[in-house]
Amino acid sequence: MEEQFPIIKVMDDEGKLVDPDVQIDSELVKKLYYHMTRIRLFDRKAISLQRQGRIGTYPPYEGQEAAQVGSVMALNGGDWVFPTYRDHGATLTFGADMVRTFLYWNGRAEGCVPPEGKNIFPAAVPIATQIPHAVGTAWAEKRKGTDHVALVYFGDGATSEGDFHEGLNFASVFQTPTVFFNQNNRYAISVPVEKQMHSKTIAQKGLAYDIPSVRVDGNDVLAVYEETQKAVKRARQGEGPTLIEAVTWRTGAHTTADDPTKYRPEAQGESVVHPLDRLERLMKNENLWDEAWINQVQLELENEVEVAVEAMENYPKANPEDLFDHVFETLPEQLDEQKQSYLDLIGRG
Amino acid sequence: MMDIKMEDQKTQTKTTQSLTMVQAINDALKTMLEQDETTILLGEDIGKNGGVFRATEGLQEQFGEDRVIDTPLSESGIVGTSIGLAVNGFKPVCEMQFMGFIYPAYDQIMTHASRLRMKTMGHYSVPMVIRAPYGAGIRAPEIHSDSMESIFTHMPGVKVVCPATPKDAKGLLIAAIEDPDPVIFMEPMRSYRAQREEVPTEKYQLPIGKGEKIKEGDDVTIITWGAMLSVAKQAAEQAESQGIGCDVLDLKTLYPLDRNLIAESVQKTGRAVIVHEAHQTGGLSQDILSVINDTSFLYLRAPIERVTGFDVPVPFFALEDHYLPTAKRVLSSIEKAVHF
Ligand SMILES: Cc1ncc(C[n+]2csc(CCOP(=O)(O)OP(=O)(O)O)c2C)c(N)n1
Repeated sequence: MEEQFPIIKVMDDEGKLVDPDVQIDSELVKKLYYHMTRIRLFDRKAISLQRQGRIGTYPPYEGQEAAQVGSVMALNGGDWVFPTYRDHGATLTFGADMVRTFLYWNGRAEGCVPPEGKNIFPAAVPIATQIPHAVGTAWAEKRKGTDHVALVYFGDGATSEGDFHEGLNFASVFQTPTVFFNQNNRYAISVPVEKQMHSKTIAQKGLAYDIPSVRVDGNDVLAVYEETQKAVKRARQGEGPTLIEAVTWRTGAHTTADDPTKYRPEAQGESVVHPLDRLERLMKNENLWDEAWINQVQLELENEVEVAVEAMENYPKANPEDLFDHVFETLPEQLDEQKQSYLDLIGRG
Repeated sequence: MMDIKMEDQKTQTKTTQSLTMVQAINDALKTMLEQDETTILLGEDIGKNGGVFRATEGLQEQFGEDRVIDTPLSESGIVGTSIGLAVNGFKPVCEMQFMGFIYPAYDQIMTHASRLRMKTMGHYSVPMVIRAPYGAGIRAPEIHSDSMESIFTHMPGVKVVCPATPKDAKGLLIAAIEDPDPVIFMEPMRSYRAQREEVPTEKYQLPIGKGEKIKEGDDVTIITWGAMLSVAKQAAEQAESQGIGCDVLDLKTLYPLDRNLIAESVQKTGRAVIVHEAHQTGGLSQDILSVINDTSFLYLRAPIERVTGFDVPVPFFALEDHYLPTAKRVLSSIEKAVHF
């Protein structure tokens, strides 16, 4: 199966093009670099805020920046994104608001509200449950006759849940324009992918459903971008779903509440070249590394993150009313009574 | 010689140890793994990692990967295969990482575990335990804070147990594992490390179906379990300082209910406040109300009060303190009942 699904690369670990004749789009490379840097800064800031008790438990995505940015950049404005809790790098790149993304990790429902006109589902916490939603949403687009697609993120662990298989089967039967984007970061909390499944690849799971599948180097942002683009194009043209396995590596802990030294051998992952370092090497090799621009981007993004943190912390406090007001369009009488008596008790009645 | 002998006696007489609830659960699992080779543990991250709450810490090391099993990420798979294992001679103890992730397994519990004994007229049975940490109050991400006991108390054929203290946790978990029928074992994660208690080192069982009076008073009965016990006790102490005496009952088993315990107390006080953190409508308080109605109607001196989570999904953590019953809410209901 590993021969049938070779890991596709555009660049190697040294940032050298695998096919030296390939033409690279320098504007695209700069955009990818910009977004990967941006989401890395967000991620690191979130970890540090959690350590200081300024937000809640946080699941870092460091190491997966290429997989997230490369895939989401292949979408258009009208497409749909279905993230998990670890995919805020992708949603930020797709246009989610940074302040609200911080708010999400501070226990605020405001963090699930996408900007007007952006089709971003709230992050799915129950594993794999978002996969059928992406199929249904794509199905709706197909029935409405648009060319919009839905891209859904999920981890290696998610492939063990029924929802993964049910989602793939529906997409196959109804030929929905869905891109199943798996980030195989090799661990589901403490369980390595070798114990999650006996199959050698995740891509091969598409075979059973007659869904075209590829395995791509998830730390090679150009390869991820290209393969996702192909899948998106097929979906737009009515050619149905694709399963992409992006092989990557979670650099840090599962969440800020997790200690990976308990289950990951010390040296494992040491040889992985960080996707941003790889892109930097490529840019240097291709004479796209402009120090002044890099510094300017860095400053600009650090500032953006700081401003967002400040806005998150100055955000008006959560209203107890919000506990009740959005459960139904119109509050049933008995729920309204619960609300009123509670508000009276806490002196807000 | 003398000294050594004394030392020996000392270790022999050390019959309890000071444990938190999560340590007591670990101790119960260890005891059963040691004493009954058919006991096996299944769950996500329970092996090398010792479980996300460390409830199974060290157990895979001691008993091997064959008995403390890191399963694929699949709750329906864990419970479904455990049903097969249970029918065929094993006693599986499954861990749901959080109660909010039990829902994919609901189908297996509802359509098979709960009724296999009945539909085979006793030929097959499912002696299985499903452990599930539940409840809000630790600033966890969404879905990690549900407490859905009543979907299981409503399910015929399964027992539901929920300890509030380390000692009860060990005795009840061992009883659950030795029970011939499926048991949902709810663990209040907020109480995992909140308190230490002297816990017997030996194997012991506490009876499923029996609650306990934790505090004695004449004016009102407070009925609760799990993580809400400490909230209820706090409110009872505040009430006492106003001269209101409270009976505080810890139910410990949610199905079958200890009806005698409830009836005896309510017949004495004539007033009841039921406290649970699950949503109100369809919550277990309704069944407790029915028990009081059936056994103690003519003794009542005031309408029965309920202090529960609201009929809203458990919110993100910025609002969870507004969702959870507080001592203030319980006290206000105690006062309402007493001054009716
Ligand atoms: C249905 C369900 N069961 C258990 C969990 C607890 N849990 C949270 S993350 C996780 C591992 C997920 O692994 P994977 O799908 O590989 O994604 P990753 O975290 O590596 O991005 C588990 C078991 C959950 N969130 N949902």
